[in-house]
Amino acid sequence: MDQKEPLVEVKNLKKHYKDSSRSLFKRNQSVVKAVDNVSFTIEEGETFGLVGESGSGKSTIGRSILRLTDITDGEILYKGKSVHQLSKQELREHRKSFQFVFQDPFSSLNPRIRIGDAIGEALLDHGLATKKEIREKVLEVLNLCGLAPYHIDRFPHEFSGGQRQRIGIARAIIMDPEFIVADEPVSGLDVSIQAQIINLFSDLQEKKQLTYLFISHDLSVVEHIATRVGVLYLGTLMELGSRDEIYENPLHPYTKSLLSAIPIPDPTVKRERIVLQGDVPNPANPPTGCKFHTRCPFAREKCKTIVPEFKEVEANHFVACHLV
Amino acid sequence: MSDNTILDVKKLSTHFFTENGVVKAVNDVSFSVSEGQTVCIVGESGCGKSVTAMSIMRLIEDPPGKIVDGEILFQDKDLIHASKKDLRRLRGNDISMIFQEPMSSLNPVLTIGEQITEPLFEHRLLTKKQAKQEAIKLIELVGIGRSNEIFHSYPHQLSGGMLQRIMIAIALSCDPLLLIADEPTTALDVTIQAQILELLKEIKEERNMSMLLITHDLGVVAEVADYVVVMYAGKVIEQGSVLDIFKDPKHPYTQGLLQSKPVLNQRKKRLYSIPGQVPNLIDLKPSCYFYDRCEHRMSICGGSIPEKMEVDDNHQVACWLYEKEEVRT
Ligand SMILES: Nc1ncnc2c1ncn2[C@@H]1O[C@H](COP(=O)(O)OP(=O)(O)OP(=O)(O)O)[C@@H](O)[C@H]1O
Ligand SMILES: Nc1ncnc2c1ncn2[C@@H]1O[C@H](COP(=O)(O)OP(=O)(O)OP(=O)(O)O)[C@@H](O)[C@H]1O
Ligand code: SF4
Ligand code: SF4
Ligand SMILES: [Mg+2]
Ligand SMILES: [Mg+2]
Repeated sequence: MDQKEPLVEVKNLKKHYKDSSRSLFKRNQSVVKAVDNVSFTIEEGETFGLVGESGSGKSTIGRSILRLTDITDGEILYKGKSVHQLSKQELREHRKSFQFVFQDPFSSLNPRIRIGDAIGEALLDHGLATKKEIREKVLEVLNLCGLAPYHIDRFPHEFSGGQRQRIGIARAIIMDPEFIVADEPVSGLDVSIQAQIINLFSDLQEKKQLTYLFISHDLSVVEHIATRVGVLYLGTLMELGSRDEIYENPLHPYTKSLLSAIPIPDPTVKRERIVLQGDVPNPANPPTGCKFHTRCPFAREKCKTIVPEFKEVEANHFVACHLV
Repeated sequence: MSDNTILDVKKLSTHFFTENGVVKAVNDVSFSVSEGQTVCIVGESGCGKSVTAMSIMRLIEDPPGKIVDGEILFQDKDLIHASKKDLRRLRGNDISMIFQEPMSSLNPVLTIGEQITEPLFEHRLLTKKQAKQEAIKLIELVGIGRSNEIFHSYPHQLSGGMLQRIMIAIALSCDPLLLIADEPTTALDVTIQAQILELLKEIKEERNMSMLLITHDLGVVAEVADYVVVMYAGKVIEQGSVLDIFKDPKHPYTQGLLQSKPVLNQRKKRLYSIPGQVPNLIDLKPSCYFYDRCEHRMSICGGSIPEKMEVDDNHQVACWLYEKEEVRT
């Protein structure tokens, strides 16, 4: 359809960790396949939502794309260039165009550094501007992010959770990035503040033509902000499609059960709920065949042994399930 | 208050006396829970939900905290003036609590079995063998298989969802009349949350237990509550049946909360957002505490605190908008 080159292309990404958990009796030498052969693209100007339960590999994918961690196998292309092959110098140049927003910006702020300096830090490091220019720029992004000019001389502890998240976002956009990975940026926030921050993300995207990878375990937030969505389970994509396809026509049993588990704030709505049995299996020892088969209400015999293919069942809608 | 009221909280105020001043964490809070009923306390971070629960359990650390005013009646017993011994018997027997952080309320060096059997020895005077049998039954009741293996394992060997189930098992061990659950699913994935909520509902129905559930998630409230208490900055600003609160919310804050939450399959171009943030509980002004953020504020709101008033049967709101003209002006 669209012949334009994607901004980010993740190809067969694998990231394995040595399993650090060991019992008293035996040393476990197994590996955790945190990301296990994941492929997807992110188009310029879109918001790609990555969802899945805790430990499914969302953060690891985000960190791999920004080269904040090494990868085990596969390739990540940013504007056609292989991110993990860049030289140090190239990487430095590259870093300016993509930024990261964390869940808890407080932990990444030095308590003794004034907010203005924290926001301007990266510009100074990159030698991109004079002190005076930086101050102006800081004031500009403070304003963009809904903070006041007098905040510039305050310290991190003087801010509320929502304001700290605004600071995290200000720090990212001061570099004029093209691409932002936002990892659970509204998770710890109260709903009234969460709405403010989500609106801020939308406004900035419009003003600055930003592209987002938006990581969240909250599917109702992702529905609001994303244009396309990938659903991860134990390091593997189960379903991938446009927002409308994923929310109105989910095909994978895991996606369906995730959606049905979300409580709806309306006491008159009574829904059919697919309650999944049991916990997410140990990622160091994932189930054979379809990784979801131990919890899937529709599992068949072959699901236990044969890995389902990730196939395009409708245009741009991919599903990994034997039944689809 | 109806005849089958089991818990009655009247004008409760709990303050913390800190270096920076007095934190009015719970400020003139009243509500009640009747037999078999599920009451939810909902509100944003820091509005006093946990302190309310801890006050009922009489677990507020003094200093710096102190219940400065009000009454807490459990089956007509006065909890505020109860002796240590009476409280100890009540807690774990008639009232149980599940705390916000399961990991921190379990002892890491004791096995799950030791922790489940402890209250059984203490309150139900069972023998070792009986206690173990009962513990195994409880572990199975909360939906964990391999009960024998779990009995002998340590907290760190279990997932968050399993630990929360164990907390529920311990809370249920003495067949309480009232279960207080403080954010029992907040740290869990939605699929596990769905399991735990389902479990709590089943057990509650089976035993005709009352439940006071604390959460900030309006979705969870809609799913489990019979009656809802909405708190803001240490005060109850609205309370009513779950239908009243969701279908006919009166307080501008309740309305704003409901509008700002993204809801599945109800896409909006832009989310409604309440401007500003909650006030500092240390220097509260003699005004409506929502004043700075309210779209409907009037001059009276800035000068005096609205009292709770009945707008409908069992539906109360603390907002000047609902006061009669002549009082307002
Ligand atoms: N540095 C590490 N060393 C070992 N294992 C790791 C490391 N980082 C992540 N893992 C493991 O990789 C898997 C994926 O972790 P990741 O943090 O990417 O998940 P996530 O989807 O972001 O989860 P959450 O929603 O909890 O943030 C998990 O099993 C995790 O334990
Ligand atoms: N030991 C303490 N000393 C001083 N202030 C306290 C203490 N414990 C609680 N507070 C204050 O009391 C207020 C109410 O706290 P509480 O824990 O009840 O909030 P909450 O509604 O449970 O919030 P959350 O949703 O974050 O759990 C907060 O402003 C908090 O800072
Ligand atoms: S492949 Fe089988 S186990 Fe996996 S999701 Fe489909 S039906 Fe369920
Ligand atoms: S009392 Fe006034 S300021 Fe407070 S919520 Fe009502 S209208 Fe708004
Ligand atoms: Mg993560
Ligand atoms: Mg709390």
